[in-house]
Amino acid sequence: MSTKPVKEIVAYCQELFENLNFTKAREWKEARPGRKVIGYMPVYVPREIIHAAGMLPLGVLGGGADMEVIHGDAYYQSYICRIPRSTIELAITGKLDFVDGMMFPSICDVIRNLSGIWKLLFSDKYVRYFDTPQNFADNVGGVFYSQELRELKEGLEKLGGCTISEEALNNSIALYNENRVWVNRVYDFRSATPWRAPSAEVYLLMRAGMVLPVEEHTQLMKEYLAAAEKENLPMRDNCRIVMTGAFCEQPPLNLIKSIELSGCYIVDDDFMMVNRWLLKEIPASGDPIENLSEAFLHYSAETAAKYEVNLDEKGSYLLDIIKKRSADGVIFASPSFCDPALLDQPMMVTRLEANKIPYITMQYAENSGQMQPIREQSGTFADTIKLWSQS
Amino acid sequence: MSRQDIVKPKEVIKSHSQEVQKEMITRNYDKITSGTVKVSSTFVPGNLNELLMCFDIANNLPEINAIQNAMRKKSGEMIMEAERGGHSEDVCTYVKADIGMMAKGNIAPNGKPFPDPDVLLLSYTGCFTFLKWFELLREQYKCPTVMLHVPYAADGAPTKNMRDYIVKQLKEEVIPTLEKISGIKFDIDRLRGYLRKSAAAEDDLVWMLEQSKRRPSPIDCYFGGVYYMGPIFTAFRGTDEAISYYKLLRNEIEERIRLGLCAQSPDGDMPEEKYRLVVEGPPNWTNFREFWQMFSEAGAVVVASSYTKVGGVYDYDNFRHDADHPLETLADYCLGVYTNRNLPTRVDMLARNIVEYEADGLLINSIKSCNSFSAGQLVMMREVEKRTGKPGAFIETDLVDSRYFSAANVKNRLESYFQMIDQKRRAGGSAIQAA
Repeated sequence: MSTKPVKEIVAYCQELFENLNFTKAREWKEARPGRKVIGYMPVYVPREIIHAAGMLPLGVLGGGADMEVIHGDAYYQSYICRIPRSTIELAITGKLDFVDGMMFPSICDVIRNLSGIWKLLFSDKYVRYFDTPQNFADNVGGVFYSQELRELKEGLEKLGGCTISEEALNNSIALYNENRVWVNRVYDFRSATPWRAPSAEVYLLMRAGMVLPVEEHTQLMKEYLAAAEKENLPMRDNCRIVMTGAFCEQPPLNLIKSIELSGCYIVDDDFMMVNRWLLKEIPASGDPIENLSEAFLHYSAETAAKYEVNLDEKGSYLLDIIKKRSADGVIFASPSFCDPALLDQPMMVTRLEANKIPYITMQYAENSGQMQPIREQSGTFADTIKLWSQS
Repeated sequence: MSRQDIVKPKEVIKSHSQEVQKEMITRNYDKITSGTVKVSSTFVPGNLNELLMCFDIANNLPEINAIQNAMRKKSGEMIMEAERGGHSEDVCTYVKADIGMMAKGNIAPNGKPFPDPDVLLLSYTGCFTFLKWFELLREQYKCPTVMLHVPYAADGAPTKNMRDYIVKQLKEEVIPTLEKISGIKFDIDRLRGYLRKSAAAEDDLVWMLEQSKRRPSPIDCYFGGVYYMGPIFTAFRGTDEAISYYKLLRNEIEERIRLGLCAQSPDGDMPEEKYRLVVEGPPNWTNFREFWQMFSEAGAVVVASSYTKVGGVYDYDNFRHDADHPLETLADYCLGVYTNRNLPTRVDMLARNIVEYEADGLLINSIKSCNSFSAGQLVMMREVEKRTGKPGAFIETDLVDSRYFSAANVKNRLESYFQMIDQKRRAGGSAIQAA
């Protein structure tokens, strides 16, 4: 096992995070003629199929806090969230010119319509709106979804001039299974000893998985855990919170840092759900399409973009996480104008109130700059929790 | 034409068909609130009225309730009530108007309380918010909720997989749920009968839409259009009432054509048609009359609009309900609603409208509440301009939240737009030259 120190690993992740030219992905593509890169947006795409086609899945999560959006604002009204405008900005300014195709998952109407904008503006690129079922019966939604997966596979085969064999797909499934194991280990490690795995570090580590080939990302997580376990950082008197609502447009890194600095350890979150979307190991043998389909239907995370068939189950994912992580409270941090998060929030709040779980709500944009109000709000929240727990 | 040219009557002038429709809507609200029938809440786009009728279930549409409340100036306080209850200022005001209405006693426009729905038919068609909206309502009503997921026609045309998926949901989920709630066994021949009636009314509806190709247009296909679309998109498609209504409307329009009348406005027949527009996006409902008058007073008539396709598209690819394929035709109907079509298709529809209806340009009324319509409209406007050579313009309002209707701003933008069209004409670039 590598002896790279945490600082070095995190610095590498930070470099990947800040590089909006996606140099690492460009280098991957240039390393061998004929390689293709497929961009995807939140919240979930089956990266296994892209990988099995010999292509690089590239997570495109907007332009972040530091990118100046000049052109993108001409594409969207002021009341629409920031991620589509900064994503357009990335494309218009050539930062995604090496990307051969884009996938837009069914998360909301804004991302859905962005797929149409892509078709209009970049008609030479492969564009796939990736619809996932809202019916979870095997013989209904399952049949639909399996066929959607097959169409995706065929589309990528056509783009790449290749055939995706069952063997290749099962191999990719195994690699992503392993990746999820390590993602979950990092999350478990942070939850167990949050002072040794600050959330900003974990965030950057997970974010690296948006750019790196899965094999490299898994290796990076192994190295990080090995190094972080040796860290001897002081435990702070912080409360433990779950942060939710940030599954699409990402919060600024400073917001994550601010929350921890103000006295809240983030012990779970829903950033980059694609890393943890599937909750069980997918069989790496048999019919891979059916296996991917079944995993989505029966073993995938609950988010606001997914219909919950059973009223009694609504919010159970969040409640289970709170319990599993022994969290003291919840911070609802949602991007402004985010329909899924903001419409879902009142339903989640009802369940937290019924279970007497403290929470606060806040809104952000990926380029929010003023962190003082955030620190004050989360700091007060942390103090309140500590006072309550002592009473 | 100046403001002085129109003598404003005290009351809004309504046509006979408008009066008839008002009575139809009142009767439907009386039926819903009577306590004698089972009631389903469901949405306008891709609504399954014919199917609900097979189970004697009344159709209550929350968007229509929000519109009714907005036109009565009641939606503002309902929205504020929902926001006080924890709903974000950023989200759809239809949802908040509905939730606020519940908090304020859930009173229907006829003054009687709405009964709790027996079922929420979540026809998830062309709008993500629908999914959350009915999850929120389910929290309150705790009634059976059945989802019909209509996949997005992202590549311009529905696929067989999408169609099969919808049909399967109808067979496996929706119909069994409605049977259970109503105690009525599904009769496919009864559905076929309703679908035949739908198709008959739809023929007259399309005839009506196409009359605005005439000069002058005898109808306004946006402000007037929302009245004309009412029965087909709500609780009347598949009924004899709808067939009669569209016959009546057809006769009325034929008479207007015979008399050479311009489109009707709230103040009577427009004396002159100066501008012909295609409009994209829903109207504002809180200031509907004022909004309409900004057009009619300037002599602007809307000859085609995307909003009159919000419940279903009939003219673009000639869809009619097909009684020979009853479940498949319901699937096709849902798949084809305007906001379930991808942006290139929407651009194509608007551009074709501009050419075929000889419009002067495209006006987009961008709605804060409605990302399904609004996200991407600026790109659509540029694409339509590129394809047609006609100028586009952009205004911003909201559906049922008057806080986002700034009359002065809208009027200024419209006046500038009309000036732009005038300039284009002087430069020889507008369709009016051909008149």
